[in-house]
Amino acid sequence: MSEQKYNGTELMICLASRAMLDKATAFIGTGIPMLAASLAQKMHAPSLMPVFEFGGTGAILEKLPLAVGDMRTYNKGLFAEGICEIMETSQRGFIEYGFLGGAQIDAYGNLNTTVIGPQEKPKVRLPGSGGGNDVGTACWRTINIMRQSSRSFVEKIDFLTTPGFLSGPGSREKAGLPKGTGPYLVVTDLCTMDFDPDSCRMRVKALNPGATIEQVVENCGFELIIPDKIGANGEPSDEELRILREDVDKEKLYI
Amino acid sequence: MSEKTIKVLEEGIGKLIQPFDLDEFRAHNRAKDKALTDKLMTEAAAVDRYLDEGDYIGVELYGTVRCPMTLVREIIRRGYKNLRSVGQGVYETDMMLGAGCLTELDWTYIGLEVYGVSANARRAVESGYVKQVTEWSNAALAWRFKAGAMGIPFIPTRSMLGSDTLKYSASKVIECPFTGEPICLIPALVLDTGFIHVNRADKYGNCQIDGINGFASEMAGACKKLIVSAEEIVETDVIRKNPDKTVIPYYQVDAVVHAPFGSHPGEMSGAYERDEEHIKSYFTESKDPEKTQAYLKKWVYDIKTHDEYLDLIGRDHLESLRIKED
Repeated sequence: MSEQKYNGTELMICLASRAMLDKATAFIGTGIPMLAASLAQKMHAPSLMPVFEFGGTGAILEKLPLAVGDMRTYNKGLFAEGICEIMETSQRGFIEYGFLGGAQIDAYGNLNTTVIGPQEKPKVRLPGSGGGNDVGTACWRTINIMRQSSRSFVEKIDFLTTPGFLSGPGSREKAGLPKGTGPYLVVTDLCTMDFDPDSCRMRVKALNPGATIEQVVENCGFELIIPDKIGANGEPSDEELRILREDVDKEKLYI
Repeated sequence: MSEKTIKVLEEGIGKLIQPFDLDEFRAHNRAKDKALTDKLMTEAAAVDRYLDEGDYIGVELYGTVRCPMTLVREIIRRGYKNLRSVGQGVYETDMMLGAGCLTELDWTYIGLEVYGVSANARRAVESGYVKQVTEWSNAALAWRFKAGAMGIPFIPTRSMLGSDTLKYSASKVIECPFTGEPICLIPALVLDTGFIHVNRADKYGNCQIDGINGFASEMAGACKKLIVSAEEIVETDVIRKNPDKTVIPYYQVDAVVHAPFGSHPGEMSGAYERDEEHIKSYFTESKDPEKTQAYLKKWVYDIKTHDEYLDLIGRDHLESLRIKED
């Protein structure tokens, strides 16, 4: 790879940002999703409505929140309520995008953020579901943001914390999960992936600048669907990078 | 009448750590003091009077925001070793686990947010010190409080369906008698003692919160005993001027503790920012069990009162955290 003007985190933020359409609601978690939403607001989606788990709705993200309940999550906001209100709003279908990540993900986009090893006697106890399960249940389209490695993209996750497409077509509906919901996009440091509608398995969509399909396959522990035509994700533009660095994260909290 | 039974499709294998008796809860609430009684007391008196070993507790907060740290330090200082708790926590839960206060947890999230995994939670669970962990989603725990506060045994929800989070919870999936679809029933949660920090309260326990309110009203309604701490104790006239701002009414509350900077090192909406340096240093030290104990000794065990804590942190430093008016 030649000299880069940006790092892997900045690239993933831009890719997640571009995936969000204007005039939609987005359930925002800590870290990259906050930056992606703020960037989207300042680029192509001025009417993107950020919703935070503990009650902040419609904030103008002048400064980046450090947590999903801090004051910045309702800075000049439209509505400041509580967690039940937000979760109920999501359950009745108002939230379009949700962001997720985790220690492990499988081919169906199911996520583990709970334990490595058995739940009763874990090798590693992880933070747990938090709002992840609720986001993966009720948001219309979930976007997973994770660095890719064969240790985290695995055939079998140790614990299914948050539902993706469970065991394949029809299984979400069979379990009683809301119709028409599920994983929409996976953003990694190597590529973006969507889900094959027939099998509900992860499918390579577009390669990141400089990444090869061999790298993508090598850094994935399950068999990926590789279509004949694979797109190419554009580099972060000068404008995206400028806004990201000078405006979105001007306090240099994350990047 | 035709015989119809509701089909139970799945049952979580997690332990229901705090079984509930709603008629007993009603009787308890009936017996609670409804007079406007002065409940102002020190954190030591409040915890001493309203927290018993073995109790099931809940600490309301969002991350490090509006966290009742004065009360949490008092719980740790008094050396409880067998409390059961709602695991929706960051700094305060990490500390209580480091101090060995908690043995059973209803767990949704215990971590350090942007700073990662909670080292004390890892040690407490992986060593087997914590004997029981029952899993839930965030919404599920908030709705469990809501069910308790509504005085009903469960709330049906679509959260957790299809997941191991449900499998290791104490919820049940039934075939909905209206639609025939699977629906998850999450059981009510009624706490023995709850701890909530608010912006202002009067001496009777009428509480107001600025900004988002997390799950304060749901949790307050689901407590048998409730200790609140407040940044500011105000005259009841202040409450009466804006009763729509009251999130917790006095009759829920058993004790009121005056605790300025009571969320420190966390933040308080509209009042002060979080003490990033202090939090960062704790999170670094918490990775090491001995350093965790040294931290607890310095900032908890060797201090007797909230005032002493504020002196040790430094009054000037605290003032520097105050939010400046625009």
